[in-house]
Amino acid sequence: MVELDPIQKRLIEEIADIHETPVGAYNFRANSKLAGRNTTANIDIISKEDGSGIDIKIKPGTKNESVHIPVVISASGIKETVYNDFYIGEDSDVVIVAGCGIDNCGKQDSQHDGVHRFFVGKNARVKYVEKHYGSGDGDGKRILNPVTEVTMEEGSYMEMEMVQIKGVDSTVRTTNATLAAGAKLMVQERLMTHGNQSAYSVYKAELNGDGASADVVSRAVARDNSYQKFDACVIGNAACHGHTECDSIIMDNGRVLAVPALEAHNVDAELFHEAAIGKIAGEQLDKLMTLGLTAEEAEQQIINGFLK
Amino acid sequence: MLQIKDLTYIVDEGNEKKTIIDNLTLDIADSKFTVITGPNGGGKSTLAKLIAGIIKPTSGKILLDDENITDMSITDRALRGISYAFQQPVKFKGLQVFDLLKIAAGKDTKLSFNDACTYLSEVGLCARDYINREVNASLSGGELKRIEIATVLARGTKMSVFDEPEAGIDIWSFQNLTRIFENMRKNITDSGIVIISHQEKILRIADEIVVLADGKIRMQGEGSEILPKIMGTPDAATVCEKIQGV
Repeated sequence: MVELDPIQKRLIEEIADIHETPVGAYNFRANSKLAGRNTTANIDIISKEDGSGIDIKIKPGTKNESVHIPVVISASGIKETVYNDFYIGEDSDVVIVAGCGIDNCGKQDSQHDGVHRFFVGKNARVKYVEKHYGSGDGDGKRILNPVTEVTMEEGSYMEMEMVQIKGVDSTVRTTNATLAAGAKLMVQERLMTHGNQSAYSVYKAELNGDGASADVVSRAVARDNSYQKFDACVIGNAACHGHTECDSIIMDNGRVLAVPALEAHNVDAELFHEAAIGKIAGEQLDKLMTLGLTAEEAEQQIINGFLK
Repeated sequence: MLQIKDLTYIVDEGNEKKTIIDNLTLDIADSKFTVITGPNGGGKSTLAKLIAGIIKPTSGKILLDDENITDMSITDRALRGISYAFQQPVKFKGLQVFDLLKIAAGKDTKLSFNDACTYLSEVGLCARDYINREVNASLSGGELKRIEIATVLARGTKMSVFDEPEAGIDIWSFQNLTRIFENMRKNITDSGIVIISHQEKILRIADEIVVLADGKIRMQGEGSEILPKIMGTPDAATVCEKIQGV
């Protein structure tokens, strides 16, 4: 049974698209306390002895199951660092939905730093969705600094959807991955900053085994006076394939620094990067206006599509 | 009825002023398939953009059903019934074909998946393969043209302007596009269609042909009357070049 107040329920809807108690394993954390937990025959969730977080253990061969571990903060002035470790058994196929929503109507800053470590077993498949969201009109900042560390064994596959669309004042998002032979990592980041927000997004993927591949793609919108830095490095230590791409729209006085980087330590490493920054093209606005939208509606549609 | 009255469009080119549309007056009737043709640089695409509101004239008026739309925004003209298919279809990262068709159908119409498929089928695209595709550079020039035309069909407005649908696509794709316009011609009711084109196949189905050169109308009349005067070479544009200064 999950017990949440209306603000917390709204935050949960924003970050995990959950309207009711989810099916499968879950662990809800609200204002630094456990608000509900469920385990299944194949997925166990255990609190760490020192109280710093949880271990999620998924048995080998677990198929078509999901784990939801949303975090919500609706009180001003909370600062926490949480360590969650995911042990994903060989040959399993699971969906993991994380994310953090902060509603801060107070004067003090609220901050959640989630450190997630993934140990993905041989030939396992994981879809990981992480959404971050902030709301509330207090002067206190909403701060999220997620750290994601991924260790992928041979033949494993991980798809990461990292989304932050609204309301987070300051974020440093760090993702490090190491891939063994035949492992495949697909990262899709969607980021929008507004007001005076800042977002640093740092990715490092080390391809250590033959046949490993990584694709790190970011689409970002920086509006008002916000600032973003995208720093992605793919390192090829074997006969591998790596690609990183950053595509940004800047509006108003938004600023973006894109630093796609490649590092090859093996003659058979194939690595590529792309980066583009620009405003919304005038002809895109014109086209949607010829379909009957106002300039503002057209802009909204273009951004929604870009970040979809 | 779309009425263009004494329309002039002048641009600055360095220290000189260049007249692109020169005091042009033209009535475009409803229920007719009008083709505007003429040499490159004659002002055809500029005229289409002036009708859609993408650029504003230096002087003159544009009336739609007696309402002066000259100073209206692109949006207001669109809402009053002007549709415009771009010569170079615009690409969007992230927006899908279905999104674009839903926008085209309007806020008051909840376009169903089946309706969207009907429009795509009309332009010769297998709906299932395209409806969820992004309208981006992964689509070929011919595919983008068809989707552009489908957005105009989905709008179903009283005056549709197509700017050189043949531009930028191969001859085989164009053969198929011609059929789309032939169907439009057959099913025309109380709405007007204006196509800017050089292609004989399009000119042959025109109710009305307008020949534009140097920003002025050089010839205008029923298709059957004008076509023989400008035919004789594979490309009407070549003939139009000859008649410049007529």
